[in-house]
Amino acid sequence: MTDSKRSIILHLSFIAVLALVFFILPDYHTGNLARIMVLAIFAMGYNFLFGYTGLLSLGHALFFATGMYGLGMTMQFFDLSSGSAFIAGLICALLVSAIIGALALRTVGVAFMIITLMFSQAGYLIILYFGEYSRGDEGFIIAREARAFMGFDLSDETNRYYAALILFSICFLVIAKLVNSPFGRTLIAIRENEERAKMLGYDVAKYKLIAVIISGVVSGAAGASYALLFGYVGATFATVQYSIFPLLWVLLGGAGTTIGPFIGVLFMFYLIDLSSVVTPAYMLIAGVVLVLLTLFAPQGLAGELRKRVFKWLP
Amino acid sequence: MAAVNILTTQNLTKSYGGNVANNSIDFELPTGKVMALIGPNGAGKSTFVGMLCGRIEATEGQVFFDGQNISKLPAHERIALGIAYTFQITSVFSGLTLHENVALAARRYLGKDTEAVEAKVAAVLQRVGLSDRAQQIAGDLSYGHQRILEIAMGLAQDPRLFILDEPTQGLAETEVQDFIKLIRSFTDKTTILLIEHNMDVVMNAADYITVLNFGEILAAGTPQEISANAAVQAAYLGTDPDA
Amino acid sequence: MDFGPHLLLASLEGAVAAAILALTAIGLSIVFGVMRVVNVAHGEFYMIGAVIAWWVASIVGTHPALGFVAALVVAPLIVGMLAATADKFILQKIDYDPDRTIVATIGLLYIIQQITLMTFGPEARPVQPPFNTRLALPWFEFGENGFEMYWPWGLSITSYKLFVIFAAIAIMLALWMLMTRTKIGLIMRATQQDSDMAKAFGIPVNRVYSWVFGLGAGLAAAGAVLVVPMQQAHYLMGHDPLLLSFIVVIIGGLGSLPGTVIAAILIGMSDGIISVFFSPTLAKIIATLVVAMVLVFRPNGLMGRSN
Repeated sequence: MTDSKRSIILHLSFIAVLALVFFILPDYHTGNLARIMVLAIFAMGYNFLFGYTGLLSLGHALFFATGMYGLGMTMQFFDLSSGSAFIAGLICALLVSAIIGALALRTVGVAFMIITLMFSQAGYLIILYFGEYSRGDEGFIIAREARAFMGFDLSDETNRYYAALILFSICFLVIAKLVNSPFGRTLIAIRENEERAKMLGYDVAKYKLIAVIISGVVSGAAGASYALLFGYVGATFATVQYSIFPLLWVLLGGAGTTIGPFIGVLFMFYLIDLSSVVTPAYMLIAGVVLVLLTLFAPQGLAGELRKRVFKWLP
Repeated sequence: MAAVNILTTQNLTKSYGGNVANNSIDFELPTGKVMALIGPNGAGKSTFVGMLCGRIEATEGQVFFDGQNISKLPAHERIALGIAYTFQITSVFSGLTLHENVALAARRYLGKDTEAVEAKVAAVLQRVGLSDRAQQIAGDLSYGHQRILEIAMGLAQDPRLFILDEPTQGLAETEVQDFIKLIRSFTDKTTILLIEHNMDVVMNAADYITVLNFGEILAAGTPQEISANAAVQAAYLGTDPDA
Repeated sequence: MDFGPHLLLASLEGAVAAAILALTAIGLSIVFGVMRVVNVAHGEFYMIGAVIAWWVASIVGTHPALGFVAALVVAPLIVGMLAATADKFILQKIDYDPDRTIVATIGLLYIIQQITLMTFGPEARPVQPPFNTRLALPWFEFGENGFEMYWPWGLSITSYKLFVIFAAIAIMLALWMLMTRTKIGLIMRATQQDSDMAKAFGIPVNRVYSWVFGLGAGLAAAGAVLVVPMQQAHYLMGHDPLLLSFIVVIIGGLGSLPGTVIAAILIGMSDGIISVFFSPTLAKIIATLVVAMVLVFRPNGLMGRSN
């Protein structure tokens, strides 16, 4: 069996498992899993830039929040239907990531990280500044009646789970396809050796900008999905913490693997879920995990798995 | 119509602050030949080729490739016109397979035509004798094989001009002989500009030699003319114990 | 209050903020300059500096001045040792790889912050200033009766705030002497220039790095001890100093100490002045965007040289 066939089977059966566990797991866990799938979309968007292109951003909360507010504000103030508002969220994320990308990509390395961090911080402050409309840290609720798509009530447990699964699957498959395409291969080449890629005749600057935009739009889609499925929009999602989370998830799950982001979110979600019962200082776990990862498993869970057992893992 | 000279430069100059690394270089590279660029360390060879392929911005002067002024083009556009470049210090995608390394080079101009890319990769690997290692990770290869891989990546681009920056550095004597044979076999399609320290390679592989000293062209001619040139002997060959 | 006295008041507040900021940012700048790594946990070293100051002051207890002096000595020392330990067991192990160092120090940030939350708690706790006389300031105006001096209501500064400015200057002078006049400074500069060469000359580079990392954190802690009588100790207080220090170090040119000081004065003063006249959120938005743009178009900072 060829690697690409294996890979297709792996991806499809993974989705099938997610579709089936809904019937097995108790309600509490399916609710969690819906949330995990949406956050995994965010992680996949981040992974596209960090894991495949080798650009470490500390400002992805901005893209997530842009998608979230793009959907939330248009529904709240322009009474858009959920579908059109979702598109609006994606367009906002596209514009913001194109602008941030064009500016931030003028720098490399540490400066790139700090610039993305600062733009994201500015975004957070802007949300607070316009608190009259955005409701600031408090956030606002999207009415239950508005959260319907093609007749399906998305606040219903079952509908929500499968809506999350469909969105997750689309992003999951599209990204898997993309990283195996000539375009994705070029991004990997840029990650491995940017100077060499340039001297093979690739327009590295253009590729990196497109990567930022794709990553931003996917992260924005995650933000819009989150707002739509869980009915809440708030500035918390624009804080630095939400720029650190995707980095943490991707590092934990395995940067540059298609399945790593989901694994990272799953582990981290339950780690925090379990520890928050014991202590309010649950972010301690995140800190410890980050340090341990850099020390002992820089490849993450899926990365170590690929290195040791399944060399063909995509 | 192919120009007589595939590449020419006029008044090409690079200065860093007050230091002139290259001073007003007028250079001609005849199509289909192997040209060696030699000169003592610090003569400005790397700066010169850096300006040719766009890695280094020229302070002044022009570069013409196949009659077209490419002085203002960024590196990747020059490469796309048909210039291939191999680095002085081995620079491959060390985390990827050998096959993928070469495929990346071919894919840039063959695009999504997977079959054409596969055929090109197979042909190139065959030609340089690395076919049986196609699935190895490039970083695991020996140093000599990595240098060959670099050349394979250059070849896979079907370049009209192939610039090799010290390709034999660090190779064993037997590998050098194979290398000369390989280089000579390219000239049917490709013009070659070779920066080289090893005089053995220069004398055996090159049709023409240009000698750079203190950022200026000291002499240019056939290997016989150069080895007979007194100024060159004084400036370069005479001071080099390997010569 | 009229505009003139108001501006003077704002500038004085700005000077106090600038003094603290300069100390904190220099700590970050030294670490970046010598070790070429970005310490994201810098703000948390500042925060534990403040927490330790509160702790020392509440143990010593008798007279506020005694507790304060004890804190000024003890807090930077403990924080410095803590940072040096973190360097030895984490950063050294990952070989100061730039990306991984950032990730590791983000981890460190949460560890320090959350452990403080678990032990010190979520409350903000005050420290008594050693002295706190209110000094009224005069204002001069050319009025109907010619040139006259008067004492506008509300225009005043406390003796403690003046002390903070001078203390910060004193610490920075001491640091400057250390860097330029002593063998320790020479070793640090040699390591900064070329760590491989320094190693070849028998300088224990790894130990130098641990000391530098500790020194950088200690400076942040010193800034925090000075700030804590004016602003209470709280487990989230490290966030703003981190961001501001980043901004200062970038504007000043990464790793350039004189640049850092000038930028700290610039940013501290303008932050102080702007936030008196505008909404602090808007001031922060503008400042953040301006600095980001500076970094985009002048990646080496305003005073940094390009390499």
